[in-house]
Amino acid sequence: MTAAEPLEQTSGKEAPLIAFENITKTYGQGASAFTALKGVNFQIDAGEFVAIMGPSGSGKSTVMNTLGCLDTPTSGHYYFQGVAVETLTHDQRAILRRHYLGFVFQGFNLLARTSAIENVELPLLYRGMKTAERREEARKALALVGLDGWENHAPSELSGGQQQRVAIARALVTHPKVLLADEPTGNLDTQRSKEIMELLTQLNQELGITVIMVTHESEMAAYASRLIHFVDGLVETDMPQSERAG
Amino acid sequence: MIWNAFLLAIREIRRNLMRSILTMLGIIIGVAAVVTMVTVGNGATAKIAKEISTLGSNLLMVRPGQHFGPGRGNSNAKAFTMDDVKAIKQDVSSIIAVAPTATASVTAVFGNNNWTTTVVGSDNDYFTTGNWTLSSGRFFSNAELKAGKTSCIIGQTIIKQLFPDLRSPESVVGQNIRLKTFSCHIIGVLDSKGQSMMGNDQDDTIVMPIKTVQRRLIGDQDVKMIRISVKPNIDTGVVNRAITLLLRDRRHLSDREKNDFSVLDTREITKALTGSTKVMTMLLGAVAAVSLIVGGIGIMNIMLVSVTERTREIGIRMAIGALEREVLLQFLVEAVVLSSLGGIIGIILAILASAGLSHVMSVPYILDFDMMGIAFAFSAMVGVVFGYFPARNAARLNPIDALRHE
Ligand SMILES: Nc1ncnc2c1ncn2[C@@H]1O[C@H](COP(=O)(O)OP(=O)(O)OP(=O)(O)O)[C@@H](O)[C@H]1O
Ligand SMILES: [Mg+2]
Repeated sequence: MTAAEPLEQTSGKEAPLIAFENITKTYGQGASAFTALKGVNFQIDAGEFVAIMGPSGSGKSTVMNTLGCLDTPTSGHYYFQGVAVETLTHDQRAILRRHYLGFVFQGFNLLARTSAIENVELPLLYRGMKTAERREEARKALALVGLDGWENHAPSELSGGQQQRVAIARALVTHPKVLLADEPTGNLDTQRSKEIMELLTQLNQELGITVIMVTHESEMAAYASRLIHFVDGLVETDMPQSERAG
Repeated sequence: MIWNAFLLAIREIRRNLMRSILTMLGIIIGVAAVVTMVTVGNGATAKIAKEISTLGSNLLMVRPGQHFGPGRGNSNAKAFTMDDVKAIKQDVSSIIAVAPTATASVTAVFGNNNWTTTVVGSDNDYFTTGNWTLSSGRFFSNAELKAGKTSCIIGQTIIKQLFPDLRSPESVVGQNIRLKTFSCHIIGVLDSKGQSMMGNDQDDTIVMPIKTVQRRLIGDQDVKMIRISVKPNIDTGVVNRAITLLLRDRRHLSDREKNDFSVLDTREITKALTGSTKVMTMLLGAVAAVSLIVGGIGIMNIMLVSVTERTREIGIRMAIGALEREVLLQFLVEAVVLSSLGGIIGIILAILASAGLSHVMSVPYILDFDMMGIAFAFSAMVGVVFGYFPARNAARLNPIDALRHE
């Protein structure tokens, strides 16, 4: 596994991009232990646009964190391009995140007292891109989310919605293979939300980026081609949008 | 990767300017305190060492009576004679010079100026035993010594007091000054030695042949003290014992009787004095070390207080694909940059402060580069340890746990 190309297709072309097999996640120990995921199974193919819905506390963010290799499941298997993620080292998982995944956090997680553009260019910096090129890419990404002119503002000088858009710009600036977005429109008005959804749709269709998105609004979920519904730490329904409509 | 780490480290230092300054402050204070104290301490030690060297090296001073130091001591103890001096010269080996002395307090007069001073009667060995050198003129001739001529060699203070309007000190050679009833011909002038350790002016002296002093100023044949220079690299203790045995024999002391004279070894004084200044320097160093530790604790506090924010920062960096070692390198560079800057500022401050202090305390200004190195290394270590280890712990977490840290 090299830094540039960390994952080799191990099980042939048929392997789905992402496969969850009986994933469970238990927080805490003993009496205070809480099982947030109780055996989750699904597969996602490259190029899909998936919406995840479900009531608050049903485990959506836990699933996203696991997908983003930010957290490790208690049991079960997570295969990324056929590779069992639990067998990867700490560093290999970092390489996986760097080259394949873009993550938009529910709580943004921007660096404080750091300008929008520096926040957005950070993943490029870790990829080793040159300064001038990096600046240009970061500027473009900020423009895509409608933040041109706000490059030099720190998070504390931005509204919640603007911070959310900086977080989105940071996730998509690397053109990741998979974009994981935990309620990317949670702080945005309907008009902005639609723009972001159109952007995600465009990235999905034109660049073939696989998009997995958590949302509370069916309006936004309607942009996705597939909907997974979580209840109480389990997948309740998992179907293409066409079926739902019909 | 190094360049990136450097860039990120500088960004973080600027972004958290207050924290960076406080961290540096701890290092600055610690380093400056240690280096200043040790520099001044070393200066004081050097000053004392210099004063000791003017006392005469490898010098033994023999006096009648049991007690040495101020006061007459045992006044019924017999004085020495010139025969004792001769015997020492003949029988004791490893000695360079033996100077008999007899001193008297006298008022010297020249024109309208007069000045009370001490006249030392001795011979040319006196100059050897006291590390005296001439600034002009000459030492005594054998004829002058034998005949007890009224020739004198004077110290710089005498010139100042008796010839206040003088342009060149050489021109006093050949002048006559009055001592009591006789006039005295100046044949030489001594180089200045300054203050002694006890604080008296060593230049306030007139030296004459011992015979002259005995006859004309004191009125007896006694030798009040014998100064003996021992060859360098010879154990003065051995010479001391040889002299003691010889004098006991000459003074007919039985085995039961105690010495009725005493021998003072300047090397012992030197040892005691340098010992005590060393203790002083160590004490100062210890006080300074405490401030270094306090500075270190300051750094530690700042680092630990900011650990939550920094852990979240690490979580964010890891989440977007930074490797553990990249994060750690950034933190290491940050700590090294802050510690080095702080250390350099601290050393500059210390150089200035100790220059000022040395001047005020009129001690020599000796920079101790080893000490600077040690102080610098210590503060850098504190900075690195407390910057680096919390970062390492955070970088080993799952990113989500680092992000959730509170
Ligand atoms: N670190 C944690 N320690 C303990 N319990 C946790 C932790 N993180 C999440 N949980 C619990 O796991 C459950 C699922 O949390 P999760 O954040 O996945 O919910 P969610 O579906 O994203 O909810 P929301 O829509 O409100 O964001 C919740 O009941 C929560 O209390
Ligand atoms: Mg959530």
